[in-house]
Amino acid sequence: MPTNQIYLLFSGVLLALGLAAFFMARARASRLRENGMAMYAQPDQYAWFSVLTTAGPAVLVGALGAFVMLLIGAEIPTLYLLGASLVVATIGLLVGLMQVRPTFHARQAIEVVIRAVLATAAMVSIVTTLGILLSIVFEALRFFQMQSFWEFITGTTWAPGDSFLAAAGRADEGASAAQFGSVPLFAGTFIITLIAMLVAIPIGLLAAIYMAEFAPTRVRTLAKPVLEVLAGIPTVVYGFFAAITVAPVIVDVAGFFGLDASFNNALAPGIVMGIMIIPFISSLSDDVINAVPDSMRQGSLALGMTKAETITSVVLPAAIPGIISASLLAVSRALGETMIVVMAAGMRPNLTANPLEDMTTVTVRIVAALTGDQEFESAETLSAFALGLVLFVVTLTLNMVSVIMIRRFREKYRANDL
Amino acid sequence: MSQSFDEITAQLKRRHRKSARLKWVSMSALILAAAFLVVFISDMLIKGLPAFQQAQIQVEVTYSEQSQQMPPAAVNEDVRRLVSRGFLRTLPRAMKQNPELMGTTRMEWVLADSSVDQYLKGNHSGLKESQRTVVDKLAEQGRAELKFNTRFFTSGDSKMPELAGIAAAAMGTVMTMIVTMLVCFPIGVMTAIYLEEFATDNWLTQTIEININNLAAVPSILFGLLGLAIYINFFGVPRSTPIVGGLTLALMTLPVIIIATRTALRSVPDTIRQAAFGVGCSRWQVVRDHVLPVSLPGILTGSIIGLAQAMGETAPLIIIGMVAFIPDVSASFTDASTVMPAQIFTWAGEPDRAFVEKTAGGILVLLAVLISLNATAVWLRKKFERRW
Amino acid sequence: MINEQIARAETGAPKQAHDSSPGQPVRVNEDANHDLSIRVRDLNLWYGKNQALKNVNIDIFQKNVTALIGPSGCGKSTFLRCLNRMNDLIKNVRIEGLVEMDGRDVNEAKMDEIALRRRVGMVFQKPNPFPKSIYENIAYAPRMHDLVSRKSDQDELVEQALRDAGLWNEVKDKLAEPGTSLSGGQQQRLCIARAIAVKPDVILMDEPTSALDPISTATIEDLMDKLKQQFTIVTVTHNMQQAARVADYTAFFHLGELIEYNDTRMMFSNPHTKKAEDYITGRYG
Ligand SMILES: Nc1ncnc2c1ncn2[C@@H]1O[C@H](COP(=O)(O)OP(=O)(O)O)[C@@H](O)[C@H]1O
Ligand SMILES: [Mg+2]
Repeated sequence: MPTNQIYLLFSGVLLALGLAAFFMARARASRLRENGMAMYAQPDQYAWFSVLTTAGPAVLVGALGAFVMLLIGAEIPTLYLLGASLVVATIGLLVGLMQVRPTFHARQAIEVVIRAVLATAAMVSIVTTLGILLSIVFEALRFFQMQSFWEFITGTTWAPGDSFLAAAGRADEGASAAQFGSVPLFAGTFIITLIAMLVAIPIGLLAAIYMAEFAPTRVRTLAKPVLEVLAGIPTVVYGFFAAITVAPVIVDVAGFFGLDASFNNALAPGIVMGIMIIPFISSLSDDVINAVPDSMRQGSLALGMTKAETITSVVLPAAIPGIISASLLAVSRALGETMIVVMAAGMRPNLTANPLEDMTTVTVRIVAALTGDQEFESAETLSAFALGLVLFVVTLTLNMVSVIMIRRFREKYRANDL
Repeated sequence: MSQSFDEITAQLKRRHRKSARLKWVSMSALILAAAFLVVFISDMLIKGLPAFQQAQIQVEVTYSEQSQQMPPAAVNEDVRRLVSRGFLRTLPRAMKQNPELMGTTRMEWVLADSSVDQYLKGNHSGLKESQRTVVDKLAEQGRAELKFNTRFFTSGDSKMPELAGIAAAAMGTVMTMIVTMLVCFPIGVMTAIYLEEFATDNWLTQTIEININNLAAVPSILFGLLGLAIYINFFGVPRSTPIVGGLTLALMTLPVIIIATRTALRSVPDTIRQAAFGVGCSRWQVVRDHVLPVSLPGILTGSIIGLAQAMGETAPLIIIGMVAFIPDVSASFTDASTVMPAQIFTWAGEPDRAFVEKTAGGILVLLAVLISLNATAVWLRKKFERRW
Repeated sequence: MINEQIARAETGAPKQAHDSSPGQPVRVNEDANHDLSIRVRDLNLWYGKNQALKNVNIDIFQKNVTALIGPSGCGKSTFLRCLNRMNDLIKNVRIEGLVEMDGRDVNEAKMDEIALRRRVGMVFQKPNPFPKSIYENIAYAPRMHDLVSRKSDQDELVEQALRDAGLWNEVKDKLAEPGTSLSGGQQQRLCIARAIAVKPDVILMDEPTSALDPISTATIEDLMDKLKQQFTIVTVTHNMQQAARVADYTAFFHLGELIEYNDTRMMFSNPHTKKAEDYITGRYG
């Protein structure tokens, strides 16, 4: 029987049993009550309890079976599994019906089950983080078994292209062995991130200052959605814009000044990434600036300060932890941004500080390593996980620092609220 | 002893100028940000709107034995290279289905080759001098026209630009989003309910909270690595399918939904809970009957925003192979598939210039969908906004 | 004027000892300083449609402490904010009438509110030190105003302001610490020091001690007494004993009207209006 039909059969029968449990339990409870018995719970609650005892264990058995088959590869005929779980469901149904007694706290039992289910759901996010961490660490370790960690961290040549020859034991036939020196990738990532921040932080922060301190309400209500639209544009779209529209403009402009720019120059993805991050910075900074208590502004204005002096000498210094925190998050975003660089930056690892040249980034190489036709076991494929590990550690650290800073900011202004 | 108003005012001139400068500079920053948006949107419109039109030419089609064997023979030599090869390819099947066509010769509007299309749109095209004259003549006679491009919305990908459409990708997006929302909506809402309404403040709760915040900041591409290593390699979920794409995006969207739901739950005042507890409701009943109903608009708003975010995501999907070439529209969760942003990515990489307008056209469609989703979310929030 | 007469007629208060022009308080001590600092005539103020001040007439004298009392919501803070145009920061405020200082209407178009605020400083209900060091809290404004050019002048000014505010001995060893690290009472004195460092003519204080403990309150009351040698002080208080202790003149506001303006001793011993008497004897408010 194909899997689809098995699922269908399973859920169909389970649904039927569940419905049966619901109505039978409710009828039983109602009957007991009509006979004048005082009961701890409502008929509906007994009904739901029976549904839980029917479906819960059965689903668990089914899931467990499927899991065992997948993981250990044990061959349990699916029909047996189906049968087993449905038998469990029937037993559960009977148990549930037997529990329809006046002395049974159906409501509390339901409460316990619900609580457990909710807690399980909450664990999913932890499992996800662990999953990311483990999957990356595990594969990265395999990479570092093949390649030297030291070479990876300090090497300045990234040339994975020949690794499949090495894997095939024919390294000497290739011109040279594969090299995994990641410094040029990190340098490229750093330069593009720097360009993005040079665009995003001043514009975003100034826009936030305008919105929070100067703008009339009308402008504010108009500007917020504009920035939100800017924030909602998918990165692949920004990537297209960078590659097709911005990069040629930069080449032309550079040519006008007698400079030679590559069509994959770092400036185009950097600038466009900056534009993408503007709303991120401006909305976070706007929140932070608005959180600075008004009493600060009044205190300064009452000393005969102008509005700008108040902003630059009182409001911004007060808001600075929040602004730094926003900027760190923005950096973390820029480091991990993929589509813009994949589409507009180069593929060539190039150790240079000239933003008009092409250069590549960590994320570009991750994508390149995993979209080729290499075997999964090759060093090039696994190098993606080593790069991913570094990216994960760096962005996580930035995020943690940022969270700590923003918490300080909040505590400060709550504490000051005498 | 102290200065007079006039003295002070005179000194203030410079400072007022400085103050005005900050105002102007900061206003220009905002204008600049808005200008980026305008430039960007107009650029996409200029590049993308032509994609919604496609050239058709009126030619004489001969349905004969020969055209059955060798479709190019069905049209005149001079226009043979001007009609779409896609049209010629379908001729034999059309003749089989309508035998009465055999032996007739008709004037018909047929899909033109992409080079004709580009030429008529005033772009660079691969047409030779002689072919241009033919097209010019056809246009003069009203036999070459740009018509609304229905195919763009009804067909899948193709290597021939005039045949390529977004339908397969759109279907892929729908299937993927169904999986995403089915997984992350219940889990996200349940997590939020647990954290806000049930959990006590202990180390586990705090760990979960820190963890959710971190998850929200993890670069999306790392979710792709997770999908590849765990879903595909470990659990053997089929690559490139809506199911693996949906599952991957679900984990990515989870924090968005959790955070939005928690905010919505938190905005319900405690007095409502206390009142409900007061009449003897259990905790779950309080949540189900009193807290959830009033916070539902907030939860939906957050979920729509999360959905829009997931819908525009590309990077993790590339890693799990959802950039496949999909010519046929298929509504299956387990067949190889692509999604709108991935289709845009694929087209953006096509060397043929005619794909630029397809890419931008796809972008316009995607943006329209995303903006409507976000507008719906804003509308929902406005409509149900409640001040306690 | 008319209002006062009506009020008196209604309440049957004893006749005023001196016949005075509008805005003049009942004077008892004729030797006191009666140089005019701020003259307010027919001042009306609306928040949107809601009138918060009605025909207020008052003369405020230099180098005196003038206390504003009255039940909460009667417009004391609003009135105070009229004196240095802090109401400009609030939307939908409409002001009519004259607030005159140094022969100039402070609300006239030519008047620069920044210049006004330099001469009329303000201390707020909650201490609001800037998120800077104690030193910078004070040095910041004088530097911006070009009152000091050299570092040594600046140090001197900071020290003088802190001494005048009675804070020097407590903070002289920790000038680099953030202003927020001080206790509430110290923070408030820091805010006073900050205000006097720019050498204003008038210092407005809006319930400066209401967020403080009794000991800090007493310190600040002493401070006010000392500062009136140099500055004109207008303070709002809801604490009648405080007004009686520190003020030379007391103005009683009720529902946006100035009901009685009197020498403080007179006001508390022999108020002329029934409303003021009721308020002072604690019958409402
Ligand atoms: N910013 C404002 N906007 C609108 N109304 C205000 C504002 N500030 C004060 N009011 C109103 O003006 C009246 C006087 O307020 P206020 O001057 O603060 O009184 P007081 O300081 O004597 O307690 C009150 O009715 C108050 O509600
Ligand atoms: Mg007040």
